Amino acid sequence: MASTITSPATADDRVAARSVGARLLSRPEIGSLVGAAVILVFFLIAAPPFRDINNTGTILYGAALIGVMAVPVALLMIGGEFDLSAGVAVTTSGLTAGIFAYQLSLNVWAGILLALVVSVAVGAFNGWLLMRTGLPSFLVTLGTFFILQGVNLAVTRLTSGAVASNSISDMDGFGAAKAVFASEFKLGGITIKIIIVWWILFVAIAAWVLLKTQIGNWIFAVGGDAAAARAVGVPVKKVKIGLFMTVGFFAWFTGMQLLFVQNGVVQSGEGVGKEFLYIIAAVVGGCLLTGGYGSVVGGAVGALIFGMVQLGVVYAGWNADWFKAFLGVMLLLATIVNLVVRSKAEAR
Amino acid sequence: MSTTQSFADEAATSPNTPIVLLEEVGKSYGNVHALRGVSLSVRQGEITCVLGDNGAGKSTLIKIVAGLHDYTSGRMSVNGEERHFSSPRESLDSGIATVYQDLALAPLMSVWRNFFLGNELTKGPFKQLDVAAMKRIAQEELTKMGISIPNLEQPVGKLSGGQKQCVAIARAIHFGAKVLILDEPTAALGVNQSGVVLKYIVKARDAGIGVIFITHNPHHAYLVGNHFVVLKLGRVALDTHRADITLEQLTTEMAGGSELEALSHELRDLAPGAQDENPAGEKE
Repeated sequence: MASTITSPATADDRVAARSVGARLLSRPEIGSLVGAAVILVFFLIAAPPFRDINNTGTILYGAALIGVMAVPVALLMIGGEFDLSAGVAVTTSGLTAGIFAYQLSLNVWAGILLALVVSVAVGAFNGWLLMRTGLPSFLVTLGTFFILQGVNLAVTRLTSGAVASNSISDMDGFGAAKAVFASEFKLGGITIKIIIVWWILFVAIAAWVLLKTQIGNWIFAVGGDAAAARAVGVPVKKVKIGLFMTVGFFAWFTGMQLLFVQNGVVQSGEGVGKEFLYIIAAVVGGCLLTGGYGSVVGGAVGALIFGMVQLGVVYAGWNADWFKAFLGVMLLLATIVNLVVRSKAEAR
Repeated sequence: MSTTQSFADEAATSPNTPIVLLEEVGKSYGNVHALRGVSLSVRQGEITCVLGDNGAGKSTLIKIVAGLHDYTSGRMSVNGEERHFSSPRESLDSGIATVYQDLALAPLMSVWRNFFLGNELTKGPFKQLDVAAMKRIAQEELTKMGISIPNLEQPVGKLSGGQKQCVAIARAIHFGAKVLILDEPTAALGVNQSGVVLKYIVKARDAGIGVIFITHNPHHAYLVGNHFVVLKLGRVALDTHRADITLEQLTTEMAGGSELEALSHELRDLAPGAQDENPAGEKE
């Protein structure tokens, strides 16, 4: 240290420039990219239908269904928090739009708007309660998870008398809404569901926000060290509540997809357990469970791995029961690979 | 010290109104009085050292000035105006920057991101971060302070304790701090690194900044301080100018003064021959 004071040189010759390889390896998403490549090659060999280009759209669709929610969940995790209610919040959103529009015989878009308000409000409530009480987000959102799960079932039963909401497929605005949230188109012979396009768009925007804007810098900071962030003037509470509201927004979007892809019907018990898939995608993608580190692109790759494994198991002719076991193994492998790759990259 | 003369010169040229002035400030948490009747003034280009044992009220004092807590009695004025800060942001906006013991740097974030945290530079209609400019300025500012960090993409957690302190101090100075509060900046550092940090403190003072230097090391305080305030159980036990005290007196005062003497007698009675090994009562 002493020598560095007397010679305020611009460069320090003790440290050699890091190679491009080492810099690449220090990216948070690198472990998931390696994992995705390995899984791709594995299923290309083990499952012949996997090689069929027509199935690419199906695989991407499976990935997008998880991937859209993995975007805010990854951001939230980088911001140092969890949301266990994210899975059932999607169902709540779909049910709100469906039940509201049906019961009041309104235009479908009125239901969609109300669902947006409700979903973002649920997120804001999670964030507010968390900031207000200082409880761990695990507990707060576990509470919301059960509340939403119960409300979903009870309100659906009250209004439709069944476990699913009444169909809104013949109501005004359904066609337009379906075109936005759940349509599909052909691209070079492959059927592409519109949610895949949305997914890619969301990932691009969120990755840009995270890495290239002030808000992104603040997200890293509140997850890395909330006290430090607050001390330099970062509005920690606003950032965290904002992140929960972002989860709410994406839950709304995914809920709309759910509603319109199923011809305007939502099963009230749906969504339980999905929250873990979003978290798995984020963790596989290199997000640290403790916050302050991670990547949106990594979360997308995590979702892609999910999509590939989900269909790969089926295409390989194995019993689909094995899928969850495979997923668990993937999660462990990916986190270990992330750990090893990161320590290697840092050692260079 | 050869710098004593320059201290005196600065004291003569510095404006009469202190930048931060605390008059009889107190802070209670319920029925606990953490701070009672503390007066303190911080002037431009001066280093005010606040010394005290653990629990003496040093942390409470800086939290009040830094805007983390509000005071419950007395009066704090900044630039002659009475103020109650409700957030660190308000304190920062008044030109008061605090470098905490635990640094206020996010360990997993890169050096340049930490340097600009809360004050990010943006460009273009979409308010995109101006990464190139931020890296350049961070490098320039650090070099100006004589800190050499070759890779600004490095996470701050990988820097040494002294480097971290210096990044935090350089950041505070760059963002126009008029008053710099340093919370035990040398407490966790080795001898060499403490020296580096003390040099930056002097540089900050020379840049015309009013420094509040919190420490429980009288040696470090005496090396750089113009003014010394010793806190004891939430009260000011000593408030003196550099000219009116020697290092020995400061050390004794800091270590407990008469209490220490009593303790030393007590120990002598208990274990003859093993007394007075460490009269300074140094813990670090």
